[in-house]
Amino acid sequence: MEENITTQYTPADFKNGSPVRWCPGCGDHAILNSLHKAMAAVGVAPHNTAVISGIGCSSRLPYYMGTYGFHTIHGRSAAIATGFKLANPEMTVWQVSGDGDGLAIGGNHFIHAVRRNVDINMLLLNNKIYGLTKGQYSPTSDRGFVSKTSPYGTTEDPFIPAELAFGARGTFFARAIDVELQVSQEVLAAAARHKGASVVEILQNCMIYNNGIHNFITDRETRPDRTIHLVHGEKMIFGKDKNRGIVQDGFGLKAVTIGVDGWTIDDVLVHDAHTPSNFLHQQLAMMDGHELPLAIGVIRDVEAPVYNEDVDRQVEEVKAAHGFDSLRSMILAGETWEVK
Amino acid sequence: MLDKANVIDTDKVVVRFSGDSGDGMQLVGNIFTNVSAGIGNQVSTFPDYPAEIRAPQGSLGGVSGFQVSIGNDVHTPGDLCDVLIAMNAAALKANARNLRQPGGVAIVDIDSFKDSDLKKAEYTTDDPFKELGLNAQVLEVPVTTLTKAALADSGLDNKSMLKCRNIFCLGLVCWLFDRPLEAAVNFLRKKFAKKPAIFAANEKVIHAGYDYGHNIHAGVSTYRIESEAARPGVYTDINGNTATAWGLIMASEKSGRPLFLGSYPITPATDILQELAKRKDLGVKACQMEDEIAGVCSAIGASFAGNLAVTSTSGPGLALKSEGIGLAVMAELPLVVIDVQRGGPSTGLPTKTEQTDLMQALYGRNGESPVAVVAPASPTDCFTMAFEASRIAIEHMTPVILLSDAFIGNGSSAWRIPDADEYPAIKPNYVPDDLAGSWKPYDRNDDQVRYWAIPGTPGLAHRIGGLEKDFVTGAISTSPENHERMVMVRREKIERIANNIPALEAIEPQGADTILVGWGGTYGHLRTAATELTAEGTPMAFAQLRYINPLPANTREILGRYKRVIVAELNTGMMADYLQAKFPELKIERINKIQGQPFKVSEVKDAVKAILSK
Repeated sequence: MEENITTQYTPADFKNGSPVRWCPGCGDHAILNSLHKAMAAVGVAPHNTAVISGIGCSSRLPYYMGTYGFHTIHGRSAAIATGFKLANPEMTVWQVSGDGDGLAIGGNHFIHAVRRNVDINMLLLNNKIYGLTKGQYSPTSDRGFVSKTSPYGTTEDPFIPAELAFGARGTFFARAIDVELQVSQEVLAAAARHKGASVVEILQNCMIYNNGIHNFITDRETRPDRTIHLVHGEKMIFGKDKNRGIVQDGFGLKAVTIGVDGWTIDDVLVHDAHTPSNFLHQQLAMMDGHELPLAIGVIRDVEAPVYNEDVDRQVEEVKAAHGFDSLRSMILAGETWEVK
Repeated sequence: MLDKANVIDTDKVVVRFSGDSGDGMQLVGNIFTNVSAGIGNQVSTFPDYPAEIRAPQGSLGGVSGFQVSIGNDVHTPGDLCDVLIAMNAAALKANARNLRQPGGVAIVDIDSFKDSDLKKAEYTTDDPFKELGLNAQVLEVPVTTLTKAALADSGLDNKSMLKCRNIFCLGLVCWLFDRPLEAAVNFLRKKFAKKPAIFAANEKVIHAGYDYGHNIHAGVSTYRIESEAARPGVYTDINGNTATAWGLIMASEKSGRPLFLGSYPITPATDILQELAKRKDLGVKACQMEDEIAGVCSAIGASFAGNLAVTSTSGPGLALKSEGIGLAVMAELPLVVIDVQRGGPSTGLPTKTEQTDLMQALYGRNGESPVAVVAPASPTDCFTMAFEASRIAIEHMTPVILLSDAFIGNGSSAWRIPDADEYPAIKPNYVPDDLAGSWKPYDRNDDQVRYWAIPGTPGLAHRIGGLEKDFVTGAISTSPENHERMVMVRREKIERIANNIPALEAIEPQGADTILVGWGGTYGHLRTAATELTAEGTPMAFAQLRYINPLPANTREILGRYKRVIVAELNTGMMADYLQAKFPELKIERINKIQGQPFKVSEVKDAVKAILSK
């Protein structure tokens, strides 16, 4: 794909001019923009890019792309994207899903795509609500959440997408929030460059049915203190005054203020997204903005065998070893007899 | 020595091996079949095994059988067997009704007829033969004792020695039917290539069985099977599921599109996945997905990506795939769905045959959702029809459901290996060069077939999906008129396939005013029944439907020639209902069986006579 590396694309090359029909103010608009920009930055040609989605508001996204696109059925886009990538491995594949599509009806396909480490980029737009069906709780809604199907509050615990991805032995996990366009572009581009299943959770606001669900995190005033932007190789520093840091505290993590209680910059952890163990990655991903800041950025990005590459390699090896040039030659090499 | 007076010359004989599911009956059945095919006999087999992998030893629930018919003009594994091998009392009890009486021979391992064996097999007296009312020659052979005696010096433990009992019986049957022992030994050598001690033991035991027959044969008939010359060519023994897998590969070669299978293990279809998993050596990508839905969905993804995409399953899996198939209908993508039918509903009879998924295949989806449906007629026809399913899917951009069944999927027969040029080139409906630039994703050719734009092609990036699309622009549309137009055009697309499939061929003897009609895997039994009825003075026309939706264009004309149309099928009348709805002017009679077993020729003939005498 030499042409992909040398040709420069602009975000406009990845748009198709169709009117975007999400509600005004929906977080999906910003995510779409970030995706167009990330694709241009990565530089894979639009005709070598496929965007495959399930059902839900977020799954309308392929219709707004200038790439190959497939708007499929509820929950199945990870399986469809897996088959697509195996069949046409030269394509860069983006799979777009929401919290209901990806983790409820499509939960099985989600974990298995991650486990196989098929080389697709899995976007999970998490607004903690079913929007297209007008406001029911989702598998990421917090316990007690009141919705049309939980009028007295839910009595179940939510999935934390990162935990699920790590449980399925994920090799890449990143998080962004819809209002942080720079971080969104950064993690989307990193997901595209990662070989294997790249899970990107984007916290997204639904103006109509769940407005403000992420406000605790995304509020402009408090955001610097409640989030931390993790970058591989850099100190885990956050806060409005950039004076807070994450340190190891026994088996857990702790947020400290540098210069207070004897903590120094040397105590602050340096992020290592590439370390094979997911122990600390999981600790970081579980930070929720309360005691510890919510982590955004690339949390985990490790190399591991890639499913579709190994399938292709095995095909080539077995073809070479057996040396058949056609179905007939294969059959003739087996048990046969001749009638003259 | 061989008593010549007892040699029966025949053109067809049926043998059934039966024992515990761990006794290796399928193995000896397969070897016997291959040896027979190798000396020029036609063969047709029917493995009849229980759903339990290992039911309690010696129990009726654990009896596994393998029936093979060998000889000339063989179209079925036969109704009744001429020779029954029963490895224990339960096997004899379960299979006695399958033995020709009088005239048949039962060979039993008398060592497995002790009191405890009889009890396990739920006999109520101590004379099993009398209790079963057997009117057949019974050859009581101490198989266990003789096998252990033959292996006394082998150094094998008791358990390993007992595992060779089936091979003793194979030796005995080879003697009975005058089969060359060397060919059978060659199969064993291959099978146990990595276990020389086991091979040596089996080689010894097969000779012991053969010699035993030779030495004590006096009271039993032996058989010499005459064989006609078959069409010249190179042959192999093939079962329907393997033939299905290979037909798909041929279609891939003839279309130039790589073959992708997304599947999930399910009896009795798993062999297709297993065979295609081996065929990585031909570039096939066969993926075992996380569930049935992922099987069809990965195939749909592969189809969008430009592959010949297939999913394989049985009835319960087809139910799970329904929504996915609907997506392929809406997105107008080529997709081959293989349903190896088994007894239903629900889990039903997983290892038994039935034709009860016809309505599910035709109508089992939400919305107006027509797909093409085809059904192979025999194990070897699975090759042709898998090829045809692929050809129709690719040339008409539609899902095609192939309705195989457990009987032909597991059954086998000798198959002449075709040359590639015996099959036509498959022509994918690519976007024509003169449309490039102006092309829209739902543009169609004269047969209403959408064009296939392969991802990766510059200039053809497009979006499709499960939402209704505008006939012209391909954009999402909720227009009432447009929806109806799209429904009708998808329907017309399927109807037009009738112009691209062979005409229905019927066997039409002079004087026949009745036609016997079947579909799919019942071909052998129905054809044999019709031929025998004609020979016996009741001229009976016959046609087997292999293209079901759409039907061949001349179907109405052929069926309309007859006063009576008798539709015989292994369900309560699904094809009869389908044909009656399509052709209300026909007088359709029905023969139905829903026992998880194939038809017997005799019962079809009796049922036809009963209808004719009404």
